[in-house]
Amino acid sequence: MNILNFLRRVLYALGLPAALVALWWVTSVNSTSYYFPPLPDVLDQFGRLWLAGRFADDVVPSLVRLLTGFLVSAVIGVALGVALGLTDVLRRGAEPVLEFLRALPPTVLVPVIAIVAGIGDGAKILVIVSGCVWPVLLNTVEGVRAADDVMIDTCRTYGITRGARLRHMVLPAAAPQIAAGLRQALSIGLILMVIGEMFAATNGLGFSIVQFQRTFAIPQMWSGIILLGLIGFALSALFTVVEKRVLGWYLGLRESQKRNG
Amino acid sequence: MKVLDATRPGKAPAAPAPRRRAARPRIAPLVGIVLAALAAEIVPRTGLIAGDALPPLSSVLAELGRQAGDAALWEALGRTVRTWAVGLVVAVVAGVVVGVLIGLVPILRAITASTVEFLRPIPSVALIPAVILVFGTGFESGVVLIVYAGFWQVLVQVLYGVQDIDPVAHDTARSYRFSVWGRVRYVIWPTALPFVFTGIRLAASVALVLAITGELVIGTPGIGQLISVAQSSGATTEMFALVLVTGVLGVLVNTGFRYAERAVLGWHPSVRRSAGAR
Repeated sequence: MNILNFLRRVLYALGLPAALVALWWVTSVNSTSYYFPPLPDVLDQFGRLWLAGRFADDVVPSLVRLLTGFLVSAVIGVALGVALGLTDVLRRGAEPVLEFLRALPPTVLVPVIAIVAGIGDGAKILVIVSGCVWPVLLNTVEGVRAADDVMIDTCRTYGITRGARLRHMVLPAAAPQIAAGLRQALSIGLILMVIGEMFAATNGLGFSIVQFQRTFAIPQMWSGIILLGLIGFALSALFTVVEKRVLGWYLGLRESQKRNG
Repeated sequence: MKVLDATRPGKAPAAPAPRRRAARPRIAPLVGIVLAALAAEIVPRTGLIAGDALPPLSSVLAELGRQAGDAALWEALGRTVRTWAVGLVVAVVAGVVVGVLIGLVPILRAITASTVEFLRPIPSVALIPAVILVFGTGFESGVVLIVYAGFWQVLVQVLYGVQDIDPVAHDTARSYRFSVWGRVRYVIWPTALPFVFTGIRLAASVALVLAITGELVIGTPGIGQLISVAQSSGATTEMFALVLVTGVLGVLVNTGFRYAERAVLGWHPSVRRSAGAR
């Protein structure tokens, strides 16, 4: 029975993706269309390009920029967010400006940053930070402000110092909301990584894909798009795993609250 | 994308709070704006950052005023908004229809779950090169990008919404032999509505980003293309004026949808709960 259940779940999870890939394969295998090359060709290029030299030359630099930008945004966003969340005057003063900066489509900053900081690695990271910082910052502010009043008062009553209050009350209380912000930041960061490299760069995943497109290397281009999709999926899955570990206490709490109505 | 504004309506303070707020001078936001404007004026003049590449705010605003008298800006703005609107409408309709269908049929949900989770995080900018080849550099390319990105936002919210249906209400509707359409219309739709709206709001801002990004990278006529042209021709002040325009557009979209949500869902008992969804 358990085995049957397991098999059914595997079938549900893999059935449709397998069917779609098979469909792609079958409909494209004899394709003569220039823009939709046969899937086997694309996969062949995938193995040749990305699993070999280009991985170190293009994929790794891209990922390093993305992760650096993401971590910098996380640190700045959380630090500023806590400061703004705890100080009402600061928050209200900064709100209209933040509202504007958040509404600015992050990709328009790519040419701006190219002017200010050039097209080096630092500029690419700056592009990523300029988009990723806002969801982290705003979610941290909200998370800090939504902390339970009773807990705040309890901390006050017991004379708990500022540092300890931050460490043991404010940050854990805001953690679920911060995680939501980080998740948004991760997908924005990936987009900005690609756009930043498409706009002006000398290496990287976005750069290579555009290069393939401009030189009409169609199967290579599709293989790059597939790789980018896989990276997006892998990062999101990785984030979920980390979130489940770090926020296990919160997810469990919410689950049990749900069950008890 | 924006959890912040999703939570805001739910936190409307209880009766005594507004009075206290009204008594407080509302000067802080103004001070913030003035300080930011001053910084944008003074920092470029000092040349501390990037030498004289950054124009001071006053000349950017003057340039913006000059551009506002030019039909080219308005035409570009119109094109951008048209791409945004068409893409958004298609994404929302497709997301709602597919979402309700999948949500209604448990087996469909089980089968599609992994595929949705796989396709959703794929950045739609990855499709830009393929879209250029297949659809060219016209307005359709932007629409395709927007539909791809917006569809998942709406779909996922609709799925959350359908999942949120009160089992008692659902069983009651069944016992009374509501038709499938009746169940969709009177049970599922009202329950899912706040989630749908959250999805539309998220999709609207993502769609704007992609409309402008598409123009920037692909070169479809619109605000994004003007920015890219200004950048490559070294017209920095003009570029900053256009960037300012996109920011204003973004603020309008965000606040517009927030108000629309409040106006449309003011009656809805679960407006508060929708805040917790994502």
